[in-house]
Amino acid sequence: MSTPDASGHFGAYGGRFVPEALMAALDELTVAFEKARQDERFQGELAGLLSSYAGRPSPVTEARRFGEHAGGARVLLKREDLNHTGSHKINNVLGQALLTRGMGKTRVIAETGAGQHGVATATAAALLDLECVVYMGEQDTRRQALNVARMRLLGAEVVPVTAGSRTLKDAMNEAMRDWVTNVDSTHYLIGSVAGPHPFPMMVRDFQRIIGDEARTQVIDLTGRLPDAVAACVGGGSNAMGIFAAFLDDADVRLYGFEAAGDGVETGRHAASITGGSPGVLHGSRSYVLQDDMGQTIESHSISAGLDYPGVGPQHAYLHDTGRATYRPITDVRAMDAFRLLCRTEGIIPAIESAHALAGALDIGRELGADATVLVNLSGRGDKDVDTAATWFGVVSDEELLAAARASVAEPAQDASGEGW
Amino acid sequence: MSRLGEVLAAAKADGRAALIGYLPAGYPSVEHGAAAMTAMVEAGVDIVEVGLPYSDPLMDGPTIQTAVERSLARRTTTADVLDTVREVAKTGAATLVMSYWNPINRFGVRRFADEMVAAGGAGVITPDLTPDEAGEWLEATDATGLDRIFLVAPSSTDVRLRYTAQHCSGFVYAASTMGVTGSRTSVGSAAQALVARTRAVTDLPICVGLGVSDADQAAQVASFADGVIVGSAFVRRLLDAPSPEAGRDAVAALADELAAGVRRGARHV
Repeated sequence: MSTPDASGHFGAYGGRFVPEALMAALDELTVAFEKARQDERFQGELAGLLSSYAGRPSPVTEARRFGEHAGGARVLLKREDLNHTGSHKINNVLGQALLTRGMGKTRVIAETGAGQHGVATATAAALLDLECVVYMGEQDTRRQALNVARMRLLGAEVVPVTAGSRTLKDAMNEAMRDWVTNVDSTHYLIGSVAGPHPFPMMVRDFQRIIGDEARTQVIDLTGRLPDAVAACVGGGSNAMGIFAAFLDDADVRLYGFEAAGDGVETGRHAASITGGSPGVLHGSRSYVLQDDMGQTIESHSISAGLDYPGVGPQHAYLHDTGRATYRPITDVRAMDAFRLLCRTEGIIPAIESAHALAGALDIGRELGADATVLVNLSGRGDKDVDTAATWFGVVSDEELLAAARASVAEPAQDASGEGW
Repeated sequence: MSRLGEVLAAAKADGRAALIGYLPAGYPSVEHGAAAMTAMVEAGVDIVEVGLPYSDPLMDGPTIQTAVERSLARRTTTADVLDTVREVAKTGAATLVMSYWNPINRFGVRRFADEMVAAGGAGVITPDLTPDEAGEWLEATDATGLDRIFLVAPSSTDVRLRYTAQHCSGFVYAASTMGVTGSRTSVGSAAQALVARTRAVTDLPICVGLGVSDADQAAQVASFADGVIVGSAFVRRLLDAPSPEAGRDAVAALADELAAGVRRGARHV
């Protein structure tokens, strides 16, 4: 269950559906990753960066007041939001950036939706002196302008992608086109457990530290394993990272929460497992949102990071085998949970993570007050403040626009001390 | 011998490379697209690649992306693609489909092979399917006699060249450069080196695609390859045309130039 076969299949899913031109690079990457796994120096360097740079281990926080709303269950938050760059993405990026350097490549490219992975990649590239280009759907560059600015401050080039639906899937297409053209010098630093083998396996293994830490932390805190683990699923890297450590614990229920947008029944959603079907997208076989002709259907979610019409192949496998359960969470329910965590715990979560929080409220109520539910709080909500403020009417569009205009009009050096 | 094999053998008997032209089905409309392909054949194209429009064409540059997006906006279906094949095959040209894997997978792998044969199609090129993942496709093409064309690339190792060529029929598609479809100012020496390396592992004809856009480049490639594949340059003619009829004429004019090019190239062999 935990390891794909030699050619990267998890049951019927995964594999490599890519142009022949990329096969040599994927083979090279697989060898480099397998070698790094056994290499004490590599592992030592990565562990050092994760602790001294990314701030690991991330703590587990007991959310008592939030738990009162979850049927009184004990809700424990794995605080990936406290990592450097604000999400779990840094774990994978540091690993792959070290591999890039080890393979003698000098340039990384990445796709990003919410911007979390792009920011993490730009960060690691700055740290390890790699050239960095980030592809981002034009629609997302507007939704996540703050993260675009962060990437540029870190020295990355951000390329807005205007093809197709102008979101994450199109950014991934464009990154693939760059990679096939520049593969000699360039590593494609995929941010999720998607794409061709070895990415689903490799990204999971770099993210597994979330689950390994949390498993020990929960046992230390409660004296036993959690009854359930909850995570949001877009491509599914934070979920796969926390699930990986619990796959062999048969009594621990695993829940992945997909973005249901306006509701799966409306067709405007991003729930690939709940509302999609098996197909091939971006290099592997998994569940895909597609029409009768096999054309990808555009996904919809308030969360840019979950707004993707596919899902990692191991999630497809865990769904089919029943080891994990996947459920849809609408925009409305995610935003209610977002507000609840803000008000009860003083933590502003990423909207992505709010889907897991909404799911945890359900699980807690189902399992009852004796249950312990571990939630992967995969990212923080700083990047979502505009979206959330507009959603809740805390400030109006007009006020936001006026504030933006004022800050643009004001000379940067006089504005906030951050101008340079 | 398959229809594709016959056409390639006939070109060889003429002492020249075959000319292979690509256009996506459904652009500017299903009927006008088929008419442009037919005009292409009348002007000297030996083999037609009918593109099956796909929402995520990650091997294609901006020119083909644009045409494909417009085709999909008109709701071109897989049935329309098969109708286009039926029309073009009537000309006697060997007619292929070029398709990303998911639309074929979704249509039903065996069903697609059966309907291709019924439409008079000769083979299928699969840019994102390698033999590694092709189990069901190998069975379907073996059963129906449809030719299956996989790609090799400058980055392919010798082991992979042999493996890929072993699973091809009709011809081997050699990608001239690392990159996506689209015109280039020159088709580099990488293409010639790749063809030489591929010749060492297979007796199949080897056709070169990616980047060829004019008669001089066609002549150059024809001097070392068995077929010259031109896509984006034809699509560009359609995109730039003020009307479907003008587009068809521009496509025919380019086919005429390229057909002269492959004949000129033969003299260098």
